[in-house]
Amino acid sequence: MGAQKKGATARVSEDQEELARNPLQAILLADSFATTFRPITLERPKVLLPLVNIPMIDYTLAWLESAGVEEVFVFCCAHSKQVIDYLESSQWSSQPNFSVTTIESHNSISAGDALRLIYERNVIHGDFVLISGDTMSNMSLTQVLQEHKERRKKDANAIMTMVIKKSKPSPITQQSRLGTDELFMAINPVTKQLLCYEDKAERSKGFISLDKTLIADNPSIILHNDKQDCYIDVCSQEVLSLFTDNFDYQHLRRHFVKGLLVDDIMGYKIFTHEIHSSYAARIDNFRSYDTISKDIIQRWTYPFVPDILCGSSAIKVERQGAYRASDVTLSRSAHIGSFTFIGQGTKIGNDTKISHSVVGEGCTIGSNVTIEGSYIWNNVTIEDGCQLRHAIVCDGVIMRSGAVLQPGVILSFKVVVGQQFVVPAYSKVSLLQQPTQQDSDEELEYADNTSGTGELRSDKLNGDIATDLSETAYELGTGGVGYIWSVFEGAQDEEWKHSVAPIPTDKLVKLMLDKDEDEEQLTQDGNVLSASGELKADSDDNGSEDDDNADSRDDYGFFEKEVEATFLRAVHENVKVDHAVLEVNALRLSYNMASVDCAGAIFYSMMKLAVESPHHSASELHRNAADIITKWQKLLKSFLHDIDEEIEVILKFEEMCLESAKEFAALFPQVLHLLYDKEILQEDAILRWADEKEGADESDKVFLKSSEKFVQWLKEAEEEDEDD
Amino acid sequence: MDFQVVVLAGGSSKNLTPLVSKELPKPLLPVANRPVLSYVLHQLEQNNLKDLIVVVEGEDTALVVGAWISGTFIDRLHVEIAAVPEDIGTAGAIRAISHHLTAKDILVVSGDLVSDVPPGAVAATHRRHDAAVTAMLSSIPVSGPLDSGSSGGKDKAKKLGRYNIIGLDPGKQFLLHIATGAEIEKDARLPKRILRAVGQMEIRSDLMDAHMYAFKRSVLQEVLDLKDTFQSLKEDVLPYLVRSQLKSEALSNRTPQGEENGNEKVTSQNNQVFVSRILANSSTPSFHDHSSENPDGSASTRKTHKCCVYIASSGSYCVRLNSIQAFMDINRDVTGEADHLLTGTSSDPNNNIGPSPKLGTKTTVGPHCMLGEGSEIGDKCQVKRSVIGRHCRIGSHVKVVNSVVMNHVTIGDGCIIQGSVVCSNVQLQERVVLKDCQVGAGFVVTAGSEYKAESLARKEK
Repeated sequence: MGAQKKGATARVSEDQEELARNPLQAILLADSFATTFRPITLERPKVLLPLVNIPMIDYTLAWLESAGVEEVFVFCCAHSKQVIDYLESSQWSSQPNFSVTTIESHNSISAGDALRLIYERNVIHGDFVLISGDTMSNMSLTQVLQEHKERRKKDANAIMTMVIKKSKPSPITQQSRLGTDELFMAINPVTKQLLCYEDKAERSKGFISLDKTLIADNPSIILHNDKQDCYIDVCSQEVLSLFTDNFDYQHLRRHFVKGLLVDDIMGYKIFTHEIHSSYAARIDNFRSYDTISKDIIQRWTYPFVPDILCGSSAIKVERQGAYRASDVTLSRSAHIGSFTFIGQGTKIGNDTKISHSVVGEGCTIGSNVTIEGSYIWNNVTIEDGCQLRHAIVCDGVIMRSGAVLQPGVILSFKVVVGQQFVVPAYSKVSLLQQPTQQDSDEELEYADNTSGTGELRSDKLNGDIATDLSETAYELGTGGVGYIWSVFEGAQDEEWKHSVAPIPTDKLVKLMLDKDEDEEQLTQDGNVLSASGELKADSDDNGSEDDDNADSRDDYGFFEKEVEATFLRAVHENVKVDHAVLEVNALRLSYNMASVDCAGAIFYSMMKLAVESPHHSASELHRNAADIITKWQKLLKSFLHDIDEEIEVILKFEEMCLESAKEFAALFPQVLHLLYDKEILQEDAILRWADEKEGADESDKVFLKSSEKFVQWLKEAEEEDEDD
Repeated sequence: MDFQVVVLAGGSSKNLTPLVSKELPKPLLPVANRPVLSYVLHQLEQNNLKDLIVVVEGEDTALVVGAWISGTFIDRLHVEIAAVPEDIGTAGAIRAISHHLTAKDILVVSGDLVSDVPPGAVAATHRRHDAAVTAMLSSIPVSGPLDSGSSGGKDKAKKLGRYNIIGLDPGKQFLLHIATGAEIEKDARLPKRILRAVGQMEIRSDLMDAHMYAFKRSVLQEVLDLKDTFQSLKEDVLPYLVRSQLKSEALSNRTPQGEENGNEKVTSQNNQVFVSRILANSSTPSFHDHSSENPDGSASTRKTHKCCVYIASSGSYCVRLNSIQAFMDINRDVTGEADHLLTGTSSDPNNNIGPSPKLGTKTTVGPHCMLGEGSEIGDKCQVKRSVIGRHCRIGSHVKVVNSVVMNHVTIGDGCIIQGSVVCSNVQLQERVVLKDCQVGAGFVVTAGSEYKAESLARKEK
């Protein structure tokens, strides 16, 4: 970009030259670096999965070709051999003016790695389109490319243009249509610059935070909840080098986009381009697979629909969106409903009903079968009387007579379902066992989905491998072959969100109400300046959502939490007292607290631990407390330098007895005594506390009264001392 | 129109010392030789909003203001004067006069608003949407760079330029979010809940809450009753109403507990509605209905109320007189570019010279000036972009630039007055030089003294 000083005419001609020199390039990531399509993707890469009987990647490539892209680099990682073989044997290898080059990698674990590798290959020479192989679209790239180029001319920092599309502004529609989480974007309405991108409810649960500088810089910002990210990006060359510079960027959105938005040193900008009438969507999970299949059948993606893409292979579209290949053997009494695709060579028996489904090539379907909203791939055998609702059935599956698939079932390749067997809803069935250890890459990117992996798996999957047929047979009925994958405990609730089956109505309602209630809590928190003590921050996480004028209080709450966490770690990991002291001191400095606060917080943590450790009676509780105090007295003492701090501890203890740990109320004098015995509290501190409390309200003196004896005793002891 | 207007006229104002005094409370500060309050009252009269309560601070002020109003607007407006204690805030003032409010809707206007935005339009918007509250927003005025030509002044103006952070729906009809006061300096936190309901929200930082609100009376009174800590309409009541618009407590008299129970019950009943709507995937007509729909249409437990906005067109004039700077600006603008506010007086569009001024020889009065009746100016004087009140005596060789001179002021020969405010009955002796000064009422500036950026006033008592 050193040519900025040149005259306008020179620049134009140069641009034209540039255009002539650089064919439009695209990077197609043939690996989504995700696990959402397991178990199917264990055997076949996602981009080769049939979408209305045509592999996904064909749709993407066909669109790229029609949009004027001349050179596509297909990045393959998982099952790269299959992808390369497919591309070599397909029509794409021999297209004029459209070259498809594969780039293979075996160790890339994220989109970031892929782009770094491509950067090293040095094959991209100008602006390029970045998409993944599971993106459907029929949009024209002309306008977005032109916009991108023009912006680049004015501002070299405008390095990326994201394509977005309007969707309905409700959390439910987003969930029910593409199964994606809600997305919030802030866009400048004039320049279309993207200012904020938040795809998961992050730290601020009920609120979107906009930086004040953003507001100062942009007199008008539009916050969108009604846009869908199409995952089609027009990027400048710099994007690749940025990935190389920031070697920790992994995810395109979560790291790269957010990283750029947050970084104000380099000043790179991302812009958006909204499409209105064209189609664009990405298959992210089973739900979007379902939705997009239906969209294709209903021809929203025209011209990328099966009858046109297949060319001459004679698929006819009949009324009501019924697609049928020419040589289907169909019984007279079979009923094929609307929006259904039947592939070549498929045989369908008597009285079978099929609606809203896709049936691939070479399938044999018996009599009295009901198929509704399901995706049946190639060479599947379904015997008489089976019922399938909202299921995906991969190649070579055999369903014995009378088998039933409940909504949301996924049958991976060559699974056999036994006679009369009912596969429970949302099951995933595969010939392969569920991998015990998730690959580290997935952990990296989808840690939130896969957390809590190993220990929750049922024992039998850890047992002997497929040879143990009796057991597997048991899983899928007599004669069945395959493993039903267990669902991780945490993900159980999530399963319905991404499944092919429609979301059950009660879940929808719950989803909606959940969101509402979330807010309710928050708005209430915001409204009512309750007399929330510091302990509130502990009891619920919404402490941070309290009105901002409680900042300092919040700070203390956080600090207390941190100290507590540190203390608990010290207890559980047997950290040396000295180290714990250091850590607490570090916390004190970083939160700018006084050592009084430390003493209070540590004491609080100790007592809380005592209450939380199991106990049955007051005496046991007392013993717990005594143990903990004895063990950690040094830690506490190192923050008790003078009497004020000791008094603070007593006050803190009082407060706890009243609020969070009422069980201690009865033990107050004993614990006080204990603290005295351990020389944590000096008698002066206790006496001064007693003096201070003397003048307090009656209600405030409960504990003073209960420990009256002890105080009395102390006083006498003191007098005796003086007498001596 | 069943509208009652509450004009919050205020009284003394700390921002405006030494300009205001017991004799000259804030509502009567002259703007182009007319009390500032008259601009609001005039607008209201034009819009046929004639049922007024003028709220002033303090009994004394009430007497002065009341006398002026009855003298000026007698038979034209139906005005009640209500005196409230000082420092109870705008919400407190409304609370104090709450029992006087009877109409269905209440229009609350600040008495220091100088604007050509028709209040009737705000009222109409309010009615059209059946809103709980409608706020008038105007573009942030470009504060006068004329008298603060330095770059420092410009920076300051830019910094002060942010009054409110306002969230609007795509149709710019509803107020979805408002941040005022100290919140503005922090990062904006926008509730996702409202965003979900509306889909997209426009965040504007170039709009100002002009302190003209239409309230539904029942809502206003209920909020004031419920939240007795609320002090300010602008910083407490309005944000509260905006925040709670999708779950209004203000419209339902239930105790919170009852509401919760009700909610749960309705949850199950509502399932059908939710579901049917979801399945139909229909876009809701307005996001407020989104949460308020109910199976039977009655006994709605999820109350919503609407908070609307009326955005003044960008060409309109709308400034509040709440600082000395604003006082100067308004005086300059009203005699200058916004002179359409001065209806019924002018003879010459550029020069609002009263009926009988006496000008000496070789004295020039530039454009955008105003001279009150009975004022006399000596020889070889220059008056530029200034307002001079009634019955002033100005000697010879006097220069008055960018200044406001009130009534009965005597200015000696050879004075130079720049960017200053000179209050009534002030005496400036010979060769006084004032630059960016304020001179309080009755003050005497001795001959030959020079002041720069000072505030001169008589010692009280």
